[in-house]
Amino acid sequence: MKPPQFEYDDPSSIEETLTLLTQYGEDAKILAGGQSLVPLLNFRLARPDRLIDINNVRELDYLRVEDGMLRIGALTRHSALERSSELGERVPLLRDAVRLVGHVQIRNRGTVGGSVAHADPAAELPVALTALSARFHARSSRGSRLLRADELFVTHLTTALEPDELLTEIEVPLPAPGTRHGFVEFSRRHGDFALGGAAVLLESGPDGSCRHAAIALLAAASTPLRASGAEQFLVGQRFNERVAAEAAERAVGDINPTGDIHGSSNYRRGLVKAMVRRALVQADSGAKEAA
Amino acid sequence: MRKGVIGTSLPRKEDVPLLTGAARFAGDVQRPGMLHAHILRSPFAHARLLSLNAGPALELPGVHAVLTQEDLPPAARAIPMRMFAQQDLEGYLQPPLAGGVVRYSGEPVAMVVADSRYEAEDAAELVEVDYSELPVVLRPDEALEEEAPRLHTGPNRAGGFRIEFGDVDRAFAEAHLVVEERLEVGRHAAVPLETRGLVAEVDELTGMLVVYGAAKIPHVNRRILARLLDRPEERIRLVELNVGGGFGARGEFYPEDFLIPFCALRLRRPVAWVEDREEHMRACNHSREQVHDVAIALAKDGRFLALRDRFLNNTGAYIRTHGLVVPGMTAALLPGPYRWSAYRCDASQVVTNKTPAGTYRAPGRYEANFVRERLIDVAAHRLRLDPVELRRRNLIARDDMPYPTGTHTDGHPVVYDSGDYALLLEKGLARFGWEEMRRWRDSAPHRGIGVGFFVEKSGIARWEYARVEVTNRGETHVYSGGASLGQGLETVLAQVAADTLGVRYDDVSVFHGDTATIPDGMGAFGSRAATLGGSAVLRGATRLRERLLELAADELEIAPEDLDLVDDAVIARGAPATRVSLSALFELARPARALGSNTQPGLSEEAYFLSEDMTFPYGLHCAAVEIDAETGGVAIERYTVAYDLGRAINPQLVEGQVVGGAAQGVAGALLEELAYDEGGQLVAGSFMDYLLPTAGEAPFVDVLITEDAPTSRNPLGAKGAGEGGTAAAGAAIANAVADALAAEPTRLPITPERVLTLAREGAR
Amino acid sequence: MTRREVSIEINGEVFERTVEPRLLLSDFIRHEARLTGTHVGCEHGVCGACTVQLDGEPVRSCLLFAVQATGHSIRTVEAMAALDGTLHPLQQAFHETHALQCGFCTPGFLMTLEPFVRDAEPAQLDDRTIRSALAGNLCRCTGYQNIVTAVKLAAERTHA
Repeated sequence: MKPPQFEYDDPSSIEETLTLLTQYGEDAKILAGGQSLVPLLNFRLARPDRLIDINNVRELDYLRVEDGMLRIGALTRHSALERSSELGERVPLLRDAVRLVGHVQIRNRGTVGGSVAHADPAAELPVALTALSARFHARSSRGSRLLRADELFVTHLTTALEPDELLTEIEVPLPAPGTRHGFVEFSRRHGDFALGGAAVLLESGPDGSCRHAAIALLAAASTPLRASGAEQFLVGQRFNERVAAEAAERAVGDINPTGDIHGSSNYRRGLVKAMVRRALVQADSGAKEAA
Repeated sequence: MRKGVIGTSLPRKEDVPLLTGAARFAGDVQRPGMLHAHILRSPFAHARLLSLNAGPALELPGVHAVLTQEDLPPAARAIPMRMFAQQDLEGYLQPPLAGGVVRYSGEPVAMVVADSRYEAEDAAELVEVDYSELPVVLRPDEALEEEAPRLHTGPNRAGGFRIEFGDVDRAFAEAHLVVEERLEVGRHAAVPLETRGLVAEVDELTGMLVVYGAAKIPHVNRRILARLLDRPEERIRLVELNVGGGFGARGEFYPEDFLIPFCALRLRRPVAWVEDREEHMRACNHSREQVHDVAIALAKDGRFLALRDRFLNNTGAYIRTHGLVVPGMTAALLPGPYRWSAYRCDASQVVTNKTPAGTYRAPGRYEANFVRERLIDVAAHRLRLDPVELRRRNLIARDDMPYPTGTHTDGHPVVYDSGDYALLLEKGLARFGWEEMRRWRDSAPHRGIGVGFFVEKSGIARWEYARVEVTNRGETHVYSGGASLGQGLETVLAQVAADTLGVRYDDVSVFHGDTATIPDGMGAFGSRAATLGGSAVLRGATRLRERLLELAADELEIAPEDLDLVDDAVIARGAPATRVSLSALFELARPARALGSNTQPGLSEEAYFLSEDMTFPYGLHCAAVEIDAETGGVAIERYTVAYDLGRAINPQLVEGQVVGGAAQGVAGALLEELAYDEGGQLVAGSFMDYLLPTAGEAPFVDVLITEDAPTSRNPLGAKGAGEGGTAAAGAAIANAVADALAAEPTRLPITPERVLTLAREGAR
Repeated sequence: MTRREVSIEINGEVFERTVEPRLLLSDFIRHEARLTGTHVGCEHGVCGACTVQLDGEPVRSCLLFAVQATGHSIRTVEAMAALDGTLHPLQQAFHETHALQCGFCTPGFLMTLEPFVRDAEPAQLDDRTIRSALAGNLCRCTGYQNIVTAVKLAAERTHA
């Protein structure tokens, strides 16, 4: 379990990185936190000719709020998210999600951009960011573009990023004040990728009925998935257990999760349904606490 | 009065180097000019090996050799059995490197030796091997079908036997109730945190072949290695370093245990091999996979009349060193703590295209206890009797001890030495809070409680060696034929020596695992190291004490019976100023002086201890679980193990054994399974998919150690402590889940999906 | 493959070597710096045995390349005890509570837990929180129970 040979660059700026990507993009992999890539290298399941290590690109490591937007540099570590009090206050869904990522050693090293670019549908951050309607900045020597989650995540471990493109920033619109959230997942073992989960945001109107709902499903498909049917169903509803159950039923209406030794597709479908219901209940009970 | 050190929880001698990073494990060894080996393994579960071309690999810079089966000497065609051997199994033994056919994914095909492990792995990718795939069989019941692919020349049922007493058929015919089930235990494994590792070199000054990284049974493995290399045993030195856990799997003689020393001899360079985790999962012994068709016959009052079982043990592609140990243990101990008038068990050792299997903590018994205790609960449900009450009615009574069970292992009758099972049952239930937990169970849905009773065995292979010495500094050195896999052997043997001699615990050092300083030994398996190893130390220390007192008696001119040994000197009783230190006695015992006065020179006593028979500790696991009916998750609310082991030499260490053992047993019931796909690839081949429990899953385990039934089969009165924590965990968890769901689980592990399936379909 | 010069500070000592970029930090620490207290249990980032501190924070050294540690400071288990051999309070607590058996996983636990014990609010020290803090390190011997006890004992003494 020793990695195969590769060439190695460690640029210190975005520009330098983009130049390298233009030159070597097809044969290179970006190395960020390495928490998913290095195991694949050690198993020799990934064998890029070249690694472009962006850990010295300090300009990618930031977390700030401006213009109603949370901006996260792609190299920001999970632990920085976890520790940010501003994040906890303004986007608590993301804080709750990041706390469930792996273990402390992984969060100290893993990056937000790495998690997004790895595009594992069972990972917490892509699902939370999907629920938050985040947008993703990609840059190359050719220019830059902004992608929505449904544009970025193509399938299991695959994004729409071109070989010469670098994910530089994730922008998260700040949820409206009073928005409640829930993030729930189930794994067989502490810290593992979950078998199913859900991220939920609920915004209520003055009469207490739902004005806006966002539901994103974890490990329900080959990408993070918004449950738009269930979201539409919730709008205008007053929350109760029956409504939550109905929304959950709708959320998994046409999903077909991939089964494996830890659970069949059918099992996972039921699990995601339960997670949606619980995330909705969690969001609702959070509102009651605040009230 | 001197305070005894046996029975006290002294802190371990082993700890400080381990805590500071100073300890040395096999992978830490670095020798001048050392090369690194990597094993090329078969990617197929069953295939003909058509050709192998090492040429391109040998061209890579840094590569020194590629070994294949053609390079091996004739003596090394097959690795022999060391236990429960049977002649008809010899056609199923594993060669160190595969010849014409590979029989499991992961089987060694060639060995690459290079300057670094990185380069060795690069080169292995360049070895060209042509395979022609053969059909695969993975389940033991399917392997016995007429049209199943055959692995070896002989049938897929490599061996088997029957154990029987009483009139089973009549008992079943006359029974009030017969309960019959197919019960299965999934394949899981020991998986110590340190993978295996070996460094072999030929000492250029002495010509001695030295192998670092021995474990569990260094002397036994030296014997096997000598035979395969056709080399005198005394020209081979095996050295045990720190060992990162064993649990039955590490330390057996594997292909690499031959290949690495062989290669060092051939290349005349030190050769290192450190197993990586991916290989460990496919190469090191698996265990536990059994399928039972089992039935119990009961009288109307719940009396057990007869037990009848036919089971298959899936031993994987080859018979390894353990021969028939695992099915042998299952069949011998399946009857458990109960009285039976008749018993019949047909055991089969079946080969399939999976990694070969061997022992894992409580081998054969984890499976047997699950099968028997699960069946008893099913019977209780049918009889509408409380499962605990049903057990109570059938326990062997204290007055029946010693109790000949009517079974046997490896030719020895199984005779329980001592025990008060009824007392242990009541103590265990009280400690668990059975009545309280019943109320807890009744107060919400999806909660359940369950028990598993077990009788363990300890002290298999009945002898051990020890040498106890006083040094020139007046300290005590103990040399043991036992071995340590991390369980605290040095501490326990030092306690026995200190207590027996009368010296300070801190002044005792314990050595083990080096065949150069220890002439013979058996090792550490089957919960034997403390009981048999300790008994040998006790015997040696007793003799040494007598000699020290006699020597001091001559010197002080006081009768030996008026002397005592306290700390570092022999003193006159009642007049401690009259004394002679142990270091002075050492000088008196030097040969020049001792021979002159016609006494034995040196302060060293060798002792062998031979036990008349195994001992049989016993205990109870109690579990309370709560099930999440939506996810299938099983949360353990309370877990208690009550364990009678006669005498606990170090209670803290015993508790550590029980808690750690229970974590493994519970994980085997809920988490761990070596799942294969249809083509025979191990799917759970990494730590991402093979679910060792973390601190988040391992339950808090409350331990009650009792000493109500010491054994008379060794002078310490101690029975083994290593395996009871694991033995009935699968049984207790399964019975608690059954109670929670009002359904009957028939297979371990009980995964979340199986929980939901049971909840949906299995309601009784 | 282009080899690279690295300069890595480990426990206050600087190690300068020329290495392949693919050399894992765990192998650098063990084989180049000869600090073999850092153990390797899985090489795919699950078991935690290889945990070291990178600029004070626990990380898995099997998931880093040595070249990435240039200019950073690494702390390993060998740095914990005082020069006179006095054990660190966490090591001492492990010893007293029998929180290790084979000890192979222990250095990784110590590296993970040292900052946790230092920073833990007393209110955080319930079993659940401690077990969650330990969950990135696998132990096959102890069932974790005495490790939880050791953390409590060490924290009590540290914050007393």
